[in-house]
Amino acid sequence: MKLINHLWAFFASVQLAILTLSSIAITSIIGTLIPQGESHAFYVDKFGAKTAMFFQILDIPAMYSSWWFYGLLGLLSANLIICSCDRFPAVWQIITADNLAIPLERVEKMSSFQQWSTSSERFDSIDWPVALATCGWRWHTKNLGKNSFSFAQKGRWSRVGVYIVHGSILIIFVGAIIGHFFGFKGSVMIPELHSTEKIYTHLNSMPIDLGFTIRNDAFGIEFYDNGMPKEYKSTLTILENGREIFQKDIKVNNPLSHKGITFYQSSYQGHQEFLMRITDTATSESRQFSLPFQQQLSWDDKNLRFGIINAEATGQRVLRAKVWFKGGEEPAITEWLTNNGIISITSGGKNYSLQVKQLYSTGLQVAKDPGVWIVYAGCGLLLLGLYMAFFLSHKRIWLYQQVTATGVSVFLAGSSNKNKPAFAKVFTRLEDLISQTIGHHDRE
Amino acid sequence: MDSSQLLGITTFTYLFSTLLYVFLLVFKTPRLGPITTFFTVVAFLIQTAGIALRWVESYQMGIGHAPLTNMYESVVFFAWTIIALYLAIEWIFNTRMIGAFAVPLAFLAMAYASFAGNIGKSISPLVPALQSNWLIAHVITCFVGYAAFAVAAGLGIMYLLKNQSQAAGESLTAKTDHLPSLSFIDDLIHKTMIFGFIWLSAGIITGAIWANSAWGTYWSWDPKETWSLITWFFYAITLHARYTRGWAGKRIALLAILGIVSVLFTYYGVNFLLSGLHSYGSGS
Ligand code: HEM
Repeated sequence: MKLINHLWAFFASVQLAILTLSSIAITSIIGTLIPQGESHAFYVDKFGAKTAMFFQILDIPAMYSSWWFYGLLGLLSANLIICSCDRFPAVWQIITADNLAIPLERVEKMSSFQQWSTSSERFDSIDWPVALATCGWRWHTKNLGKNSFSFAQKGRWSRVGVYIVHGSILIIFVGAIIGHFFGFKGSVMIPELHSTEKIYTHLNSMPIDLGFTIRNDAFGIEFYDNGMPKEYKSTLTILENGREIFQKDIKVNNPLSHKGITFYQSSYQGHQEFLMRITDTATSESRQFSLPFQQQLSWDDKNLRFGIINAEATGQRVLRAKVWFKGGEEPAITEWLTNNGIISITSGGKNYSLQVKQLYSTGLQVAKDPGVWIVYAGCGLLLLGLYMAFFLSHKRIWLYQQVTATGVSVFLAGSSNKNKPAFAKVFTRLEDLISQTIGHHDRE
Repeated sequence: MDSSQLLGITTFTYLFSTLLYVFLLVFKTPRLGPITTFFTVVAFLIQTAGIALRWVESYQMGIGHAPLTNMYESVVFFAWTIIALYLAIEWIFNTRMIGAFAVPLAFLAMAYASFAGNIGKSISPLVPALQSNWLIAHVITCFVGYAAFAVAAGLGIMYLLKNQSQAAGESLTAKTDHLPSLSFIDDLIHKTMIFGFIWLSAGIITGAIWANSAWGTYWSWDPKETWSLITWFFYAITLHARYTRGWAGKRIALLAILGIVSVLFTYYGVNFLLSGLHSYGSGS
């Protein structure tokens, strides 16, 4: 029993809190100095074989998910839970206390106290709770024979602020744990016009079935005049059982969600392949072809043959492509086209419009995190709790009116658990009100 | 007149303002007080105009965005917030003696922004990841927090000076006896730390929300995130030590000064000394 008490006191102590928080803060620094998630060879190369071995044993290369770091977070949680259990009952008692049951001697010893006495006979006819019902003070009165005892308070719920702060940290942990066990993080590359039902996890590149199909209809990049990227955009369509459910353009900071799985625009890749759209201007017949670089394709119905014979690129990005186009037995035409540009071509007495575009794959981050809303709720509570803990205080005021042999005495007493200077002002205001009322009354 | 000229002038007006406050402190000339405040308010308005103009200029360039998106702009905003906070404190508590400890911080920040070779001052367009309202909320909340911690550190220095001269005996006391009382400074350090703590909390949260909307992960333990958490823990520990273990006075003043080191590392050190994912705020 004694051991349990000791353990309880240990886990409820603020010393442990300071120790744990310091340990987490200090060990966290390690992970910012030593690169995380690299291969063993990297650490051997950079720090030597012995040190790399030592890192391996202590899980330094993945320290934020190591047993000892989780241990510290667990210790923090235990500390928070036990500390709260230890202290909360007393706070609850203060919040729900019958403040008119406390002994008068205690009221008289309050940090703010003032007393008035007068022999005026009319004085006891003043209804103090009504007279002092300013600024939102709501009084409760208990009559004790000729005497009366009143109480008013504000902000008693502010006392739970600290518990909301501490609880919110636990809620954030719960959200993170749910995300860890019931969610996943992965990614996938989808070429334009292709679709996928699977993505691959970051953790071990295992495929995960989405349960639906996602198709990349188009990918586009826009640039500023100075060459910096302005926008990455993918047009994605969700399909279920071959049926299109909906289509959405996603950009960085503007993802798409379906069935709890969210797709984020994260990267792209330019291919040595092109999409060519050919439209017969007379009939408006139009077809799109996926055209590998320097290969010849044909549209047999129209007796057309075509290909991309040359291209000009910066990095992965094709700026211009040279089209080779032959209709029937006419001589072939070659023409440079800017990426995404359109030209008109006449061949064999027919007009065609051609549009050529480099084929891209869009790189999507894929995440399922059923815990994220719990984390956000915890964050909201954290801010609310901090506000309550720091800016609100529990102010209590007692008023006692006593009929004595020589007249009437009035006592005003009060206290506040925080921000005493502000409370002193409030108290002075009530004091002035009482003095004025008495003065006014005496003059009548 | 363009924004960089206005912000350049601000650097010098804050320097002059600093000198005025130091003069007030050293030579005890209360008659100069109102002029000092007036001058600082004017300097603050010049800076405000500079920031507003920079915003307008970005729209004129066709890449409009709030001027809070690179190292230069954030340092300027940091200085602006320090002065705003300081002026609020001067007004609320009706004392000018803190100026000599707060205004120089804004001057140093502006001087760094103006003269350091490694931070670009040009208005540049936003890459896709930075095009988010959460980013704006993130930068504002973080920097209000940082500025509050900076003021707390200034107050910490003030506390230690006063404390030392009091300990040294009567003759020296005269030098600092017009400073606010130790208990007043102590209380104000606590208040500014609390203020900073709430804003830093909001800053970390808005940053997490932004990361989640851009990459699908609200927390990835990259060095910037981790350091902001370390700083947050540092102030949480300080608040606990004060509230539950009764730490006050010299200890808290020292912690306030130590805290700003952690803040500066989070803000600056991580970008330039550690390699990280956090592309935002890096040199160019
Ligand atoms: C990241 C973790 C934590 C944060 C952000 C946090 C935050 C806070 C805040 C803001 C206060 C109010 C301080 C004031 O009013 O000046 C507080 C008080 C307190 N905290 Fe924590 N806390 C954390 C962890 C812990 C832990 C692990 C314990 C475990 C013992 C603990 C125990 C206390 C106690 C006993 C108080 C005083 C409550 C009272 O009597 O009003 N805290 N905490």
